[in-house]
Amino acid sequence: MNSTAPPTTKASSFRATAISAVARHATGDKLRALISQYGIFLIFGLMIIVASFLSPAFLTTTNIVNVIRQMSIIGLIALGVTGVIVSGGIDLSSGSVVGAACVVAASLAQLPDRAFYPALAGSPVLVAVLAGCGVGALAGLVNGLLVAKTGIPPFIATLGMYTAARGAAMLYTTGRPLSHLSDSYNVIGQGAFLSVPVPILILIVMAFVTHILYSRTKFGKYIYAIGGNEQAARVSGINVGRYKILIYTYAGMLSGLAGLVVSSRIGSGQPGLGVGYELDGIAAAVIGGTSLSAGGIGTIPGTIVGALIIGVLNNTLDLVNVSAYWQQIIKGGIIVGAVVLDQRKNRGDR
Amino acid sequence: MSEHVLRMQGISKRFPGVHALDQVQLNVRKGTVHALMGENGAGKSTLMKCLIGIYAPDSGTIEFNGQPVSIVNTHHALSMGISMIHQELSPIPHMTVAENIFLGREPLTWYGLVDMRELNRRTSELLGRLGIAVAPEKKMVELSIANTQLVEIAKAISYDSSLIVMDEPTSAITEAEVANLHNIIRSLRARGVSIIYITHKMDEVFNICDEVTVLRDGRYVGTNPIQALSHDLLIQKMVGRELTAMFHKEETPVAEPILYVRNYSGKRFRGVSFQVRRGEIFGVAGLMGAGRTELLETIFGVHPHTSGEIYLHGKRVEIRRPSDSIRHGLALLTEDRKLSGLYMNATVRDNISIANLLRYLAGPFVRFRKVAADCERMRQALRIKTPSLLQKVRNLSGGNQQKVLISRWLLTEPEILILDEPTRGIDVGAKAEIYRLMVDLARSGKAIIMISSELPEILGMCDRIMVMHEGDKVGELVRADATQERILQMATGLNLATASA
Repeated sequence: MNSTAPPTTKASSFRATAISAVARHATGDKLRALISQYGIFLIFGLMIIVASFLSPAFLTTTNIVNVIRQMSIIGLIALGVTGVIVSGGIDLSSGSVVGAACVVAASLAQLPDRAFYPALAGSPVLVAVLAGCGVGALAGLVNGLLVAKTGIPPFIATLGMYTAARGAAMLYTTGRPLSHLSDSYNVIGQGAFLSVPVPILILIVMAFVTHILYSRTKFGKYIYAIGGNEQAARVSGINVGRYKILIYTYAGMLSGLAGLVVSSRIGSGQPGLGVGYELDGIAAAVIGGTSLSAGGIGTIPGTIVGALIIGVLNNTLDLVNVSAYWQQIIKGGIIVGAVVLDQRKNRGDR
Repeated sequence: MSEHVLRMQGISKRFPGVHALDQVQLNVRKGTVHALMGENGAGKSTLMKCLIGIYAPDSGTIEFNGQPVSIVNTHHALSMGISMIHQELSPIPHMTVAENIFLGREPLTWYGLVDMRELNRRTSELLGRLGIAVAPEKKMVELSIANTQLVEIAKAISYDSSLIVMDEPTSAITEAEVANLHNIIRSLRARGVSIIYITHKMDEVFNICDEVTVLRDGRYVGTNPIQALSHDLLIQKMVGRELTAMFHKEETPVAEPILYVRNYSGKRFRGVSFQVRRGEIFGVAGLMGAGRTELLETIFGVHPHTSGEIYLHGKRVEIRRPSDSIRHGLALLTEDRKLSGLYMNATVRDNISIANLLRYLAGPFVRFRKVAADCERMRQALRIKTPSLLQKVRNLSGGNQQKVLISRWLLTEPEILILDEPTRGIDVGAKAEIYRLMVDLARSGKAIIMISSELPEILGMCDRIMVMHEGDKVGELVRADATQERILQMATGLNLATASA
């Protein structure tokens, strides 16, 4: 360490000027940088203010809890989708995986007299939970293997899973819903702890865990590195394929968890559940600042706000009696608008 | 004499149509700075890619620290103690400086998370030791090009390798930073680290290097201690070939100027003025990064210009986008055929006619018979070797691909043809044909602007030569005054140094 040459006076004075130049530059652009970085949070705050003026019912505890509970399922999916998009990929299979995971979980959670597998009747609810998450993780693992090992575009790999997982769900129950689920299973979607609904608790825990996973672990760093510059990640010795497999598997597991919540919420495992959820999940991530055009950009807080924006928007439009058709049009506009903003921001960076 | 840390012997590498390396050797002594010199295309980069496992050489042996090795990839090279500052390998833009430098080697806390504090501490210690004024927490995307390059240098050094390859490490940094880098290199050398230093800057070679190996046209020319060389001798070794009879240059009578570019500035070039005459081949010479491509792409309207004017036939014209310049009779053949020129999966016919489809419309329909007739005319005129006009361009050789691209632009009937490295990556026979074509075009009254990094080509083909250095026009030479040594001196900024001294 100490064998390096001492810095010459010339070099150190150069260094001092460089540092002060950097500092001056930073104060000048601070506001703009803040707005561009936290723009989505500002927009969310603005939406809340507007919504509370539009409808007095908006800022009530019941309504807020309602909004968050409704967005919790999309939120769970979006957590995984964010990681996949950050790694430079895409996951179109989440909605179908919800369907597949929820029928498998429900088949292990039916009341003893209706049991799908009589031999397993009365198993603890943990079995159903593990099975649901496991089915999701398995589907994600297949996605990841396809992407990492065959080199086909993630769009195609997960499009295949989108179709196949739905088919598998239908096949599993021969198209019928599985109802009469045990009370302990239904707690997942309908219960509350300290008067906070369980789906919200699950989302909070998973969002926290995922945030730490993406921002503070090696795994997370590598996901961002791979999305930002796959070649650079590879020459730095990162096993790119392994981390791609892992992120798809994790996203699949979260879709499975979302399947548990949604089936338990309605007390029935249906192979048709979750249609279109993948797109809502992608929308939440994108509105929250995850970049579809350049990998390596996106955060969990951003994605949660993105999901909340969709939730608040739906809720407000409901409260002021805007027709469901208009709601879809407005939602479409917001998704596109978010990406336009995102492009601007990233162009400004260069 | 100290022992060798690296011995590369008899290295050969062929690419389709090109013998990139032919029995090349490179022997680097322990604890020395070894310059690897040669013109663009001499094989320096290919040789280094063979060393760090990006290419597998077709033949030859590599010994590292006395052991024969066969390096399979860059990570393998790193783990053996060979790191490289990559020219073309850009960083991960939205991660921090610290995350970029220690990517793949992150320190962990006892509970398994990445220890950001330790990561930043190590980074600021490393950067401080190297005298680089960059904050570890800054994102790469926020850094200047110079600082990005400094971080890449820091990263290569941070591996504690025994051999570091520096491929043009000073192309983007300032004089003070170069001096600092050279101090760093000296201290690394004092610790027994060996460095392969690739640069075009003569003064750096004489300033920092102990030995020099020169390559030319993919062949080994020789290795000498720096004391045995002078500037002129070194340039001679690098260039040292007779001009072949490839160029059928004809003197063209002086005609009226068509294009006048005045005080043009843009990204990476400043205040460039020049004129081009009818029937003339105007060469633009300079090293990589001199701003030649940027200048001509900006003139063509690909990038915005910040100041300056363009006059065509004495009349001021405003060029904001390529469609403007095409309308005014300009055509641009880009440097990289595959990236921005050709549609590799489309047919020869479609590639030739795509810029001109409007002329072949009958209502909404394309008159393919007329298209085919014109393309056939081009194929014969340029002697494009293809079994059929419906062949995919991907299946053509490099030279024929280039001819397809030239055909496309000739169909637009341009007055001024800008050719950016028109013979890069094509074989000798095809080169000669492209040269002949250029002469024919000039004789027919077109003006041709050619950017080229190959000096013999510039000297053999051009009536006048503009030389650029780091974004400035250094000077202009007429054919009779131009020599390789003179151009290389101007392009390396040497006569700037002597002029200001």
